[in-house]
Amino acid sequence: GRLTATAAFTRFYHGDRVATLGCQPDLNSPLFQENYERMQALVTELKERADKIKLGGGERARKLHTSRGKLLPRERVDRLIDPGSPFLEFSQFAAYQLYGNEEVPAGGIITGIGRVSGVECVIVANDATVKGGTYYPITVKKHLRAQEIAQQNHLPCIYLVDSGGANLPRQADVFPDRDHFGRIFFNQARLSSERIAQIAVVMGSCTAGGAYVPAMADESIIVRKQGTIFLGGPPLVKAATGEEVSAEDLGGADLHCRKSGVTDHYALDDAHALHLARKAVRNLNYQKKVDVTVERPEDPLFPADEIYGIVGDNLKRNFDVREVIARIVDGSKFDEFKAFYGDTLVTGFARIFGYPVGIIGNNGVLFSESAKKGTHFIELCCQRNIPLVFLQNITGFMVGKEYEAGGIAKDGAKMVTAVACANVPKITVLIGGSYGAGNYGMCGRAYSPRFLYMWPNARISVMGGEQAATVLATITKDQKAREGKQFSAEEEAALKEPIVKRFEEEGSPYFSSSRLWDDGIIDPADTRLVLGLSLSAALNAPTKSTRFGVFRM
Amino acid sequence: TNGPVRCSSQGRIEKVLIANRGEIACRVMRTAKKMGVRSVAVYSEADRHSMHVAMADEAYHIGPASSQQSYLSMEKIMRVAKTSSAQAIHPGYGFLSENTEFAELCKQEGIIFIGPPSSAIRDMGIKSTSKHIMAAAGVPIIEGYHGDDQSDQKLKEEARRIGFPVMIKAVRGGGGKGMRIAGSEAEFHDQLESARREARKSFNDDVMLVEKFVENPRHVEVQVFGDQHGNAVYLFERDCSVQRRHQKIIEEAPGPGISPEVRRKLGEAAVRAAKAVNYVGAGTVEFIMDSQHNFYFMEMNTRLQVEHPVSEMITGTDLVEWQLRVAAGEKLPLMQEEIELKGHSFEARIYAEDPSNDFLPGAGPLLHLSTPRGDDFIRIETGVRQGDEVSVHYDPMIAKLVVWGEDRSAALKKLRYCLYQYNIVGLSTNIDFLLSLSRHPEFEAGNVHTSFIPQHYSELFPAPKTTSKEALCQAALGLVLREKTMTSNFIAHSDDRYSPFASCNGRRVNILYTRNLMLLDGENKVEVAICYNQDGTYRMEIDGEVFQVSGDLIHEDKASYLRCSINGVASKPKLVILDNTVHLFSMEGHAEVALPVPKFLAGVSATAAQGGTVAPMTGTIEKVFVKAGDKVQIGDPLMIMLAMKMEHTIRAPKAGVIKRVFFKEGSQANRHSPLVELEEEQAISE
Repeated sequence: GRLTATAAFTRFYHGDRVATLGCQPDLNSPLFQENYERMQALVTELKERADKIKLGGGERARKLHTSRGKLLPRERVDRLIDPGSPFLEFSQFAAYQLYGNEEVPAGGIITGIGRVSGVECVIVANDATVKGGTYYPITVKKHLRAQEIAQQNHLPCIYLVDSGGANLPRQADVFPDRDHFGRIFFNQARLSSERIAQIAVVMGSCTAGGAYVPAMADESIIVRKQGTIFLGGPPLVKAATGEEVSAEDLGGADLHCRKSGVTDHYALDDAHALHLARKAVRNLNYQKKVDVTVERPEDPLFPADEIYGIVGDNLKRNFDVREVIARIVDGSKFDEFKAFYGDTLVTGFARIFGYPVGIIGNNGVLFSESAKKGTHFIELCCQRNIPLVFLQNITGFMVGKEYEAGGIAKDGAKMVTAVACANVPKITVLIGGSYGAGNYGMCGRAYSPRFLYMWPNARISVMGGEQAATVLATITKDQKAREGKQFSAEEEAALKEPIVKRFEEEGSPYFSSSRLWDDGIIDPADTRLVLGLSLSAALNAPTKSTRFGVFRM
Repeated sequence: TNGPVRCSSQGRIEKVLIANRGEIACRVMRTAKKMGVRSVAVYSEADRHSMHVAMADEAYHIGPASSQQSYLSMEKIMRVAKTSSAQAIHPGYGFLSENTEFAELCKQEGIIFIGPPSSAIRDMGIKSTSKHIMAAAGVPIIEGYHGDDQSDQKLKEEARRIGFPVMIKAVRGGGGKGMRIAGSEAEFHDQLESARREARKSFNDDVMLVEKFVENPRHVEVQVFGDQHGNAVYLFERDCSVQRRHQKIIEEAPGPGISPEVRRKLGEAAVRAAKAVNYVGAGTVEFIMDSQHNFYFMEMNTRLQVEHPVSEMITGTDLVEWQLRVAAGEKLPLMQEEIELKGHSFEARIYAEDPSNDFLPGAGPLLHLSTPRGDDFIRIETGVRQGDEVSVHYDPMIAKLVVWGEDRSAALKKLRYCLYQYNIVGLSTNIDFLLSLSRHPEFEAGNVHTSFIPQHYSELFPAPKTTSKEALCQAALGLVLREKTMTSNFIAHSDDRYSPFASCNGRRVNILYTRNLMLLDGENKVEVAICYNQDGTYRMEIDGEVFQVSGDLIHEDKASYLRCSINGVASKPKLVILDNTVHLFSMEGHAEVALPVPKFLAGVSATAAQGGTVAPMTGTIEKVFVKAGDKVQIGDPLMIMLAMKMEHTIRAPKAGVIKRVFFKEGSQANRHSPLVELEEEQAISE
């Protein structure tokens, strides 16, 4: 009896072991070391830049802010979320080098997901130390993106309001269009109608349009002698009617809690307000229901920072995406699907922090087979309600006569259709290049992944800078030839150089993140954690079944 | 010769009723169990869930909390004895242990009273009589007046004759109750009145004696034992000199520095004393000893003393077993020449009291209680467990810690080691004081006397030290780690068990999370900046000093320990976090750090305390001297409160006008409840 039991157990044990992935890299190889150093330099740069952004609007503004007894926006977030719990912040580099000399750290608004009383919530906190918390175009975009995340993932929203409203000099880019300021309140109404709780905490001014944030909220809290809400501030009132009134009398906590009823809860200070907000979340009677199986998580078998040495910063160098997967997934266990077919695309099942995922990673250019394999795999995941993780490192679909004739466009379209229609949570990480239609097939921003992150080594553009320059140079050369003109090598170089430079600049993750083409740049070593947090957040939304469009056969 | 009960045959006790509570009831039951004797407990309303009730084979409810109506009610106890058909009653100490009437009642009812014959109790209970008998038996006694003329005038004259300072003492008194010292004639009257008042309360008898007060004497007592066959032995002396409020706090056996010859003389005098009253059972003969080791008879306690375990430890005996056997008519288990003194033993009494506030007795819940592990050489005699309450109705002793060592210094070392591991949260205790006492060089040298505490006051009560930064780091770490348990409560709400959001790693994207934690070290605010490193360790900064901190919580023996490393130095203090206070217990002592209560959670009751005065402990308002509108000066008595069987005068903290009096005479006030509202004078004049 005992022997048999042991044997059965051993068999089971080994059965589980065979699926592990990855191999021990040669840590001393020059390639590994060079890669490691270069990626580490990028990560160090990332963290240094983030450390600066963390400070918000600078020393003077911070001092002024705290001297009024107010907590800094990041402290507010820290005290709002469950003590010591992680905070998944989005788009720290919003507005990074976007407005010329005007620095708007983090776009003047902090957004992210954190647990409040055990409930994952989207938190939107104005940073009044940055331009008085006024809304730049990118601030609006970031606020709207946070609401979109809340909507897609069904997460309650908590707005920590401390803002002077729209940035007046830029009103034209902030006020009128569909995805401008008004959309914030449109979203609040729609989110509330979808039973996604809207909680506002008024910790500073809420002027003009801003007044609608607490007014549109399901439940609102205001800090006495600190928070104010009014459609027109004292200067506007004076200009309009001649009436002279203090901000506190016009729209302070006492007025709104006792007379107007615009706010529901009266807080003595920031700490009290955040405490009340935590209580408000407890009273949501919210229960997270996870529609997938969960297993006890295991750490990967390899240290995460080995990714630095494997990937490096040279996009021309190939690496095996399986080595990256091995450093992300639970126990480095990966059940690969169609390992020997269409092998430039790696597909398979794994778990991240116990949650099941279907991973799609690039190991080279996409061929017809790879695209068809990807399509098949996406169908499987949708059928089984398994979230998808795209590890994007793609130069594009294969080009050339043979491939066009083979219907690469048709097969690529299949994959794009599958990605577009898939209703399971999709999370994309740009771990290398993201070029052309490859971006579409691998769930780029346009395909509405729930979350999209970039590594600091990643590049995104319609094609590589070199290729673009060559294409343009060739066209110019042909044109000149038709006109019977010469096109010297110097001229060609002069034409190509700025194009390469521009592509290089615009392909940078900072350029992308600054414009909110992604949800943030992350340290490759944090990928597992960020994916785990994102999955946890994504699984708040109830399952939606997928119906695919017509696949061109 | 002592009546039919005492001559009864051996082995008749199969069931014993213990007419007591707390540690002594548990102590007696333990031996009873060992001997196969069934035990019957009695309990008051307040003791319904007490340890002694849980330990007994049977337990009977005998009335309300008040001792008068429960543990002192002879009829009720006798009724239980009859109902349960117990053959014997063990009175423990206190309560009915030295009550002649009760001993008589037992005799009449044919139940064995485990103690001496009532005549011996009576003779020894009246101090004047006892001295006559002792003087006649050749036991040295001390000068005094024990007469019947109790007029103030006569007592004062006698005091003058004996010479000041004198001790005024209730004839029926004991345990420091109804006892006062008058240093001069001027003080005599006040002290006499006070002693009488207390004696009336405690013993319903205010007859006083006056005797010479020996300066800085030692309190040395001899354990004696007699049987019904005329044998009596001594089990050597105990030194109980170190006292506060005239009550013992730390006892040891044998007495330090006492030569074998003096020891023999003491023992023989004690046995003479016992024989003079045909003593049966356990008794203690108390002596005053001067610096030349001359000793004088003080009194004889006709019961098992609180501190009997130290005598047991040095003689290898079980005195409760002896009591039961002797009561059953057996001969003494050991004769004098068979009793050997071995090693040294200490007993430290752990009390609910506030040493820094004149040892004011306390009461309250034992929210956390962890003790050293007991063995053959470490005994923890207690009647309470974690979660129990030290009741206002009874003696505030929590436990006796008894240790044994090869010699005095070994025993003392062990005592200190054990005291470090005796950790209580929820009420003030004297543990830290016992530690500084046991560490005092003069105590270590054995130079003990009854004025030890006042004499060494400044060293025994060092000014409170600020908590070390390392301890602050430990406290901060403890708080941070505790948050994990809060988070896990939320996990229970959902089937999403492993979400990384539920961790407490403080992770942020691309930046490190630093939080500022405000701690209160006494009155001082200290800010600790805690940075969560990615590897799960913490970088803490206090006043510019940086500490690398890591650790986790572990649970052993029902207590939590903080296994931590601070700048590479590993330690494992015991950690207790209750409400907003962090308690750390280690061999370095006890550190207590509080979290400031946020403004919005702080109650409004604090205002009453600021403008008035609060009850120092739970008790009954005995007398109210003021009414609303009265003008008072700082220090004026406002009320007298009776708590823990002691009088406490509540005085005005500042000059002003009484606005309101919250309690009337006879009502019960809870600890920290405001007693009066006082308006400051300046405030009125404005």
